[in-house]
Amino acid sequence: MTAKTTASGAAYDVQGDRADTERRDAAMQAFVRDFARTAAIHMESCLRCGMCANACHFYVTTGDPKYTPINKLRPFEQAYHRHIGPFAPIYRLFGLKSNVSIEMLQEWESLIYDGCTLCGRCTLACPMGIDISELIKEARHGMYKAGLVPDRLELMDRTAKAWGSPASPSEDFADIIRDAGEEHGVPMNIDLPKADYVVTVAPAELTEHTKALSDVAKILNKIGASWTYSTEGFEASNIGYINGDLPLQEKMTRKIIDNAIRIGAHTLILPECGHAYGAARWEAARWYGKKLPLRIIHMTEFLAELVTSGRIKLKKMGETTCFHDPCQLVRRGGVTEAPRAVLKGLGLDLTEFEDHGELAWCCGGGGGVVSNVRADPLRFKAFSIKRKQVEDAKTQHFVTACGQCRITLTLGAKHDKWDQKVESLLELVADHLED
Amino acid sequence: MELLAFARGPALTFSLAIFVLGVVWRLVGVLALPPWHDYSPPREGAPPNWLAAIRAVFRKMIPHKTFLKDGMFTTINGYVFHFGLAIVVFLFVPHIVLIQSLFGVSWPGLPNGVITGVGGLTAASLLGALAYRLTSPVLKLISRPNDYISWLLTFLPVATGLAATAHVGLRYETMLALHILSVCAFLIWFPFGKLMHAFLFVLSRGATGIRFGHRGAQL
Repeated sequence: MTAKTTASGAAYDVQGDRADTERRDAAMQAFVRDFARTAAIHMESCLRCGMCANACHFYVTTGDPKYTPINKLRPFEQAYHRHIGPFAPIYRLFGLKSNVSIEMLQEWESLIYDGCTLCGRCTLACPMGIDISELIKEARHGMYKAGLVPDRLELMDRTAKAWGSPASPSEDFADIIRDAGEEHGVPMNIDLPKADYVVTVAPAELTEHTKALSDVAKILNKIGASWTYSTEGFEASNIGYINGDLPLQEKMTRKIIDNAIRIGAHTLILPECGHAYGAARWEAARWYGKKLPLRIIHMTEFLAELVTSGRIKLKKMGETTCFHDPCQLVRRGGVTEAPRAVLKGLGLDLTEFEDHGELAWCCGGGGGVVSNVRADPLRFKAFSIKRKQVEDAKTQHFVTACGQCRITLTLGAKHDKWDQKVESLLELVADHLED
Repeated sequence: MELLAFARGPALTFSLAIFVLGVVWRLVGVLALPPWHDYSPPREGAPPNWLAAIRAVFRKMIPHKTFLKDGMFTTINGYVFHFGLAIVVFLFVPHIVLIQSLFGVSWPGLPNGVITGVGGLTAASLLGALAYRLTSPVLKLISRPNDYISWLLTFLPVATGLAATAHVGLRYETMLALHILSVCAFLIWFPFGKLMHAFLFVLSRGATGIRFGHRGAQL
């Protein structure tokens, strides 16, 4: 792994020691392979109107046009027209679209990984409805194959391959669960051979947010559910999905799904993690080529079902709150009402941000950006939008439903020396269960 | 052969043929790619795909208020020249006569004075769009030759049409011939550049509408 800088000053990391042309060709092959109809329609449709620029937190907070979402796809736009589009033979015959150079890919590495959180706000701004963030995800497949990924993300990739999780080795998982249970006085179920619910976790819960592990258990115990954590399939965050490493995405998906099926679970509960929802709820079935025999549900949806059905009763807090909508859960996942139903169940009076729900601003750390230390200065700039929204709301609480958002927002507040606590919806529910 | 006869005859026929073949080629080239099968269960209450697609086509006609703050000019100006073009192309009586001779259908037109006014407004709107593209740092960065060619080949028919009806510049027959030839250039370029969005917008919005509708997400 080597950190380098392009002629224009853009930072990039390189993995492996392959020749440049080999990298470029690998990127193009990965990008071209599996190119589906919707992606092609979207690559064909840009009007170059620039409406996507002001939807992007990185453009808005830096004013740098290079962060215009559609610009982040430039090398892959060139590759699409040269290799895939309906007029590709004409473009090649007359040399109208040159082959993408390795220098171009190096230049774009930071735009594709540091300068995009895959939040998809640009998709809502585009008058043609181009799903730009999905195309960036496609572009990451090519970048990963080229060995042009930020080192920190590549490190998480390798760790996940070796440990089954980017946060903790599988063999430590049971101990972490037991420790969390003992610390908070909650009986834990681990590695039961059969259960109705299998609970999965996100890296933050194995390190900073371990209380969440016992909070889930507390709620499941309360409703008398048959449930378990499982060493064989616990990690729901999918670093392969984020990095563009498709084989790893498949491996991590199959690990949790196959395990849940083996245990006989009817429901796989995903943790408070946005990208876990994207990878499992909407993309897991692609690896099986058929509908899966179990339900995949985000923690927030699960909580909302329990609250609205009356299966759990909550002590009313009688206070005010604002809520950060996690992009993958709300804008790209459609889970907009569930967190609001839970907040209502908690007796919290919600003050909505001016842009909320599907129009919410990203925390600035999604898509691996919070883990990519190289992007810290950019991420801290983007944080200013959320800080202003929270300050304007003037509420007693600030809640979200994604651990990565929570870490991003907490780090942003710490960097700004701003005394603002970011709370978890799950933890609030667990702390306010009626006896 | 006179220039006007050439423009009305072989040039128009050739350019219409390129237009039709090119549009079909580009649409088939994209639609022939394999679809991405989504085996995930839809959100409860999700609309059927066709309805989600249609809703997206209409939903995307008006931007969210929050995006209008910085996109007001692009949106309003875009509507002005699109409506302007539609009015002068389809409601100018000589155009209707031409369409009737080609396809056998006709409808009432607008008075020439109104068409001239709308044409002038359309030309001004197009010039405004170009000025914005040339001065906005974002648009300067993301623009391609395609954008400028498409702009020019849209502007020329409007400009030559206005000149011909106002009897400005060259002899009327020559201006009319140039106007028709500029339309031919427009038709030939149409399938290859971004003018194709006149067809693609349905597919592009519809595809995202299906993806978002399946998830119960809002566009």
